[in-house]
Amino acid sequence: MSVSAARPVAGRRPRRPVDAGRVLARVALAIMIVVTLFPFYWMLRTAFSDNRYLAADAGNLLPTHFTLGGFERVFGLATREDAIAQGGSGASIDFWGYLRNTLIVAVLVTAGQVFFSAMAAYAFARMRFRGRDALFAVFLSALMVPTIFTAIPNFVLIRELGLLNTYAGIALPTFFMTPFAIFFLRQFFMNVPRELEEAALLDGAGRIRSFFRLILPISAAPITTLAVLTFIQSWNDYFWPLLVGQDDSVRVLTVALATFRSQTPQGSPDWAGLMGATLLAAVPILIVFLALGKRIVNSIGHSGIK
Amino acid sequence: MTTLANARPGQRRSLWSRIRSGEAHLVLFFLLPASIGLVAFYLWPAIRGAYLSFTDYNVLSDPTPVGLANYQRLLGDDLFWNSLGVTAVYVVINIGVQTIVAVLLALLLHRATSSTLVRGIALMPYFVANVVVALVWYFMLDYQVGIVNQMLTWLGIDPVAFFGDPELAVPTIAMINVWRHAGYTALLVFAGLQAINPSVYEAADLDGAGERAKFFRITLPLLRPILAMVLVITVTGSFQVFDTVSVTTNGGPVNATRVIYLYIYNLAFGQLDFGYASAISVVLFLLLAGVAFLQIKLLRSNQTDLD
Repeated sequence: MSVSAARPVAGRRPRRPVDAGRVLARVALAIMIVVTLFPFYWMLRTAFSDNRYLAADAGNLLPTHFTLGGFERVFGLATREDAIAQGGSGASIDFWGYLRNTLIVAVLVTAGQVFFSAMAAYAFARMRFRGRDALFAVFLSALMVPTIFTAIPNFVLIRELGLLNTYAGIALPTFFMTPFAIFFLRQFFMNVPRELEEAALLDGAGRIRSFFRLILPISAAPITTLAVLTFIQSWNDYFWPLLVGQDDSVRVLTVALATFRSQTPQGSPDWAGLMGATLLAAVPILIVFLALGKRIVNSIGHSGIK
Repeated sequence: MTTLANARPGQRRSLWSRIRSGEAHLVLFFLLPASIGLVAFYLWPAIRGAYLSFTDYNVLSDPTPVGLANYQRLLGDDLFWNSLGVTAVYVVINIGVQTIVAVLLALLLHRATSSTLVRGIALMPYFVANVVVALVWYFMLDYQVGIVNQMLTWLGIDPVAFFGDPELAVPTIAMINVWRHAGYTALLVFAGLQAINPSVYEAADLDGAGERAKFFRITLPLLRPILAMVLVITVTGSFQVFDTVSVTTNGGPVNATRVIYLYIYNLAFGQLDFGYASAISVVLFLLLAGVAFLQIKLLRSNQTDLD
């Protein structure tokens, strides 16, 4: 994300300089920034700390007894003895395995959901057929259904399909579409000038060709935004993977973190290791956010709900 | 939001009817995958969930119809009413604080800075997983090693058992989620602020209106539609709190934070009482629909005050 230094905002009305108010606003903003960023720093500080000294040195704003031990335990590099000596559980944490699981699920969900939702959004935005608006309303109404209401029957369904503890089981419910994704893309597809598509269709290009060659490329920006949002949401999801993906072989990071936290080897959790793992789980999302943050920031408000 | 139909009647009818002929199979092609998803994972489960709520079902054997027994049981279930109460308190604190913070933050973002970076920072917590956010704050608010209690000690205040005190546990969890969501909500409000025509304020300036009058007489009324939309979304989301509770207190101390989502989860996946859990989900669904409907009515979200 780049700093857009004091870009004058067009149409901003000239103000009398009310100094006290401006100073107060700046201070409030600074506080907001500190409160927002401090927990991220605290994860980092604790992850590099030695677990044994955390309690005695709780107020140290720098890592206490700087060590890479926390990360070594997370990556399974520490020996059992070392781990236990530093307040870890000694049980191995398969961080790379959980990371791989999260990545597989998030990529599956993002690819499927964005593509299939785009197809449906295309039909709703650009094709005419009887009952179109009613059908779209049915899709939208699914937005109102709370997750838990469908979670129990969906769990039963995934179990009946024999897909418990598989990637497919975790990905399927959001693989084909979400109402939001269709709603979001439909808005953009509707704004593609009709003349453009008419020209393509008159030239003999079929609907499918027009969808792939015209609508998708022209909507690359909103599709990217949606893909990023979907990816992040899937990456962060906890409830559904907790229901159907408890097994170690498919356990995703969020579920693994919660398990890690509930292990209290020596009376209290392995805080340094836990914060290290927590930070690492958030890092890919933070990278995505840093890379595409500006686009996401600007899309909120235009796209509205999420 | 948007109009459902974008039809332009009369125009180019011949062309479109030519394009349209023989398109039925294409419509089917484009809608098929999404329709599978809708039917298999939304509609069918919704119907099945409603059905299960009238049965006794433990997943291992077939459901047995029990009529209204689950709903009768619910009326006398103290834990259900407790979970409803806990959730209500959570929602009131969470939404109350979050909305005020978000509006203030939006005003700051609107007036005190034009930096995308600052807006990005405000948005950052929202993109971090609930579980991550919960764990960081669980650590920071720890009674013994938490930095927040350390800071309180520096100020001469006794440490506070944020998660251990039944009175404080729900407000604590509510505030953690304010931290995660306030920036996002603020950006939605911010978008609303930017849509307000500056000339309205210029007119008010000419009339000699003060800052406070301008905020309450102009800004707030003009924001009402977007605030209503934001509230419907955030309240609905707030009722569904689960992750934060699950990884911190897991319902405790005793039942002080056993929110309705967690209670349903425990019933279904802890006690394999899927029928009863489904009945409570149905009630939650109806409750959420009712709350959303009320909000839309009360806040008249579909009208602005400009007309």
